[in-house]
Amino acid sequence: MSDSSAPATSGSAAHDPNGAPGAALTTADGVPLKQSLNRAIRRSRIKALLLVAPLLVFIGLAFVMPIFDMLSRSVDNPEVSTYLPRTSEVLVDWDGEGLPEEAAYAALAQDLAAGLKERNLGRVASRLNYEKSGMRSLFMKSARRAGRMEAPYKAALIKADEDWEDPDIWRLIKRESSPLTASYYLAAVDRQFSPTGEIVEKPEYLQIHVSLFIRTFWMSAAITGLCLLLAYPVAWLLATLPASRGNLLMILVLLPFWTSLLVRTTTWIAILQQQGVLNDMLVGVGILAEEARIQMIYNKTGTIIAMTHILLPFMILPLYSVMKTIPPSYMHAARSLGAGPITAFRRVYFPQTLPGIGAGSILVFILSIGYYITPALVGGQSGRFITNFIAYHMQTSLNWGLAAAIGSILLVVVILFYLVYNRLIGVDKVKLG
Amino acid sequence: MAIPSYATRGERIWHWVFCVLCALIFLFLIGPILVIIPLSFNAEPYFTFSEKMLSLDPEGYSLRWYQEFFTSDEWMRSIKNSIIVAVCATVLATVLGTLAALGLSSRFMPFRNTIMAILISPMIVPLIISAAAMFFFFSKLGLTQTYLGVILAHTALGIPFVVITVTATLSGFDHSLTRAAHSLGASPSRTFFRIILPLVTPGVVSGALFAFITSFDEVVVVLFIAGPAQTTIPIQMWSGIREEISPTILAVATLLVLVSILLLATLELIRRRNERLRGLTPS
Repeated sequence: MSDSSAPATSGSAAHDPNGAPGAALTTADGVPLKQSLNRAIRRSRIKALLLVAPLLVFIGLAFVMPIFDMLSRSVDNPEVSTYLPRTSEVLVDWDGEGLPEEAAYAALAQDLAAGLKERNLGRVASRLNYEKSGMRSLFMKSARRAGRMEAPYKAALIKADEDWEDPDIWRLIKRESSPLTASYYLAAVDRQFSPTGEIVEKPEYLQIHVSLFIRTFWMSAAITGLCLLLAYPVAWLLATLPASRGNLLMILVLLPFWTSLLVRTTTWIAILQQQGVLNDMLVGVGILAEEARIQMIYNKTGTIIAMTHILLPFMILPLYSVMKTIPPSYMHAARSLGAGPITAFRRVYFPQTLPGIGAGSILVFILSIGYYITPALVGGQSGRFITNFIAYHMQTSLNWGLAAAIGSILLVVVILFYLVYNRLIGVDKVKLG
Repeated sequence: MAIPSYATRGERIWHWVFCVLCALIFLFLIGPILVIIPLSFNAEPYFTFSEKMLSLDPEGYSLRWYQEFFTSDEWMRSIKNSIIVAVCATVLATVLGTLAALGLSSRFMPFRNTIMAILISPMIVPLIISAAAMFFFFSKLGLTQTYLGVILAHTALGIPFVVITVTATLSGFDHSLTRAAHSLGASPSRTFFRIILPLVTPGVVSGALFAFITSFDEVVVVLFIAGPAQTTIPIQMWSGIREEISPTILAVATLLVLVSILLLATLELIRRRNERLRGLTPS
């Protein structure tokens, strides 16, 4: 071994006439140390990557791809071009002025007849009905007659329904025959295309989403504020108590944290409903008259109370972990230097808890705007969140494009807050009890 | 927290006000969970205390809702489904998550923060969005209304918890122990099973518990991607609350509170064991 290493060292020194002292170092088998080290690092790197790879692939397939699929669905617009192929093709050359030529009417009559026969007309009809109500019945009615129509198709279609004389309907078909559309996003923010293609607000009675977004945000902010208000003293108490008693009280925080979400929501229904525990108590004590029971649930109040309870541990735990690191001697020093209790708290203690306040608030706010179950069960009409509308469009109205668009907007908001959180605290510092 | 003997009267008053305030907040936290337990023994089909219950008359109490729960085919099937799904998802999430955490805690891991952010994203993305996205994607693959689909979805949701807890355990890991094992001639696999695994087990177990409870308590994704055959306990509760509000739900809720107490106790035991082990290794 020593035989081979000696010439190797001199050999590499010969390669390097300047004789820089670092460059001369080699391992026992003659490989320059730097290269050997790099190789070892590369090997460790590959090993680390191989360990992470299975999970990364799994999350990619089971989670990230579905999310991107949903994002693409929010702009995807296949219906008109797929199910009205001839019409879409003819309309490409139409300039949108006046009414299209006979060729377009002929193509439409053919598409309608074919669509009825193959039972896929319904899809395109409901797709266009999202844009303009009445389109579905117009399509279905015209399609039933389209099979028997003869040239000139323009006159025949207009005879079937005079709406075919309306250039706006043709402009709508032309616009939506493109494979991508912005109209789901516009609908998600209560806007629409005017017949001439400009973006305008929807009529007032159809504006629901923006106000729901706003309601979701202010209610989440209120819940976050309430959580902070309730969590701060409790976290302080837990952080300053001696460990034995602190741990005992900590169980009171951790038990709700670990209790099923549905259990907690159910108990609030039992407590807050009109024939519930709290109303019974108030009536029993005589504060309330039997007929004056308070409606505390199935409205905003219900959502705010139940969600504050559910999210409170998510505020207490980060605050506690920050407060635990603040030495009590700082406050003692401030007091002994003559600061009153309020000044000492405001100038010494409070600023040190700001990271905890930030962490807890962002966490609670993110969780809150995405909540679905609790607002759906105790929110009634007025306490619903935007998430309840995503579910509504997914399950009831079946307008999946709109559900995807609202979901994407919500996702972007959440990701923005998540990035701030990550910058402030770091994702891997999330404390889990 | 004790009041020093030199405290002024104002400070004493403030101290007591503060204590009462904290007690009220603790009551708010724990009260609702305690209320539901006696209510589940209600002999009447109501969500509130009857006169007889308040006067502690034994006739006011009964086990009928528990009986109803244990004799109902629907509930029993959903319990079976919940356990199957949660156990499979927990095993998958724990194995994949632990391996990844080992990789992530390596000093040489490239793009560590980005990868971590991706792995944790199922925890941050609102459940309704995950549910909708998985519904669209899984229906293309024919995975909706299957056990496999629900298990895969729950695995994805449980993974962040495993990754977070195991990396947290590994961050306090003393790497000189593995070097010592190597230098004493242990093979990498032997080092892993004899040195690394026993020391990170607490993190792995608590991550697994988190993954289990996440799956066991999950409603939204199952609501979207499961069929009637895959109904779980939370779904059964969800439809119960929405439709009939039978106190059977209160009995189920009480049993679930018991489950969470058990989990909490297990976690506490692990934490204590961990502290003991840490105490032995001067790091």
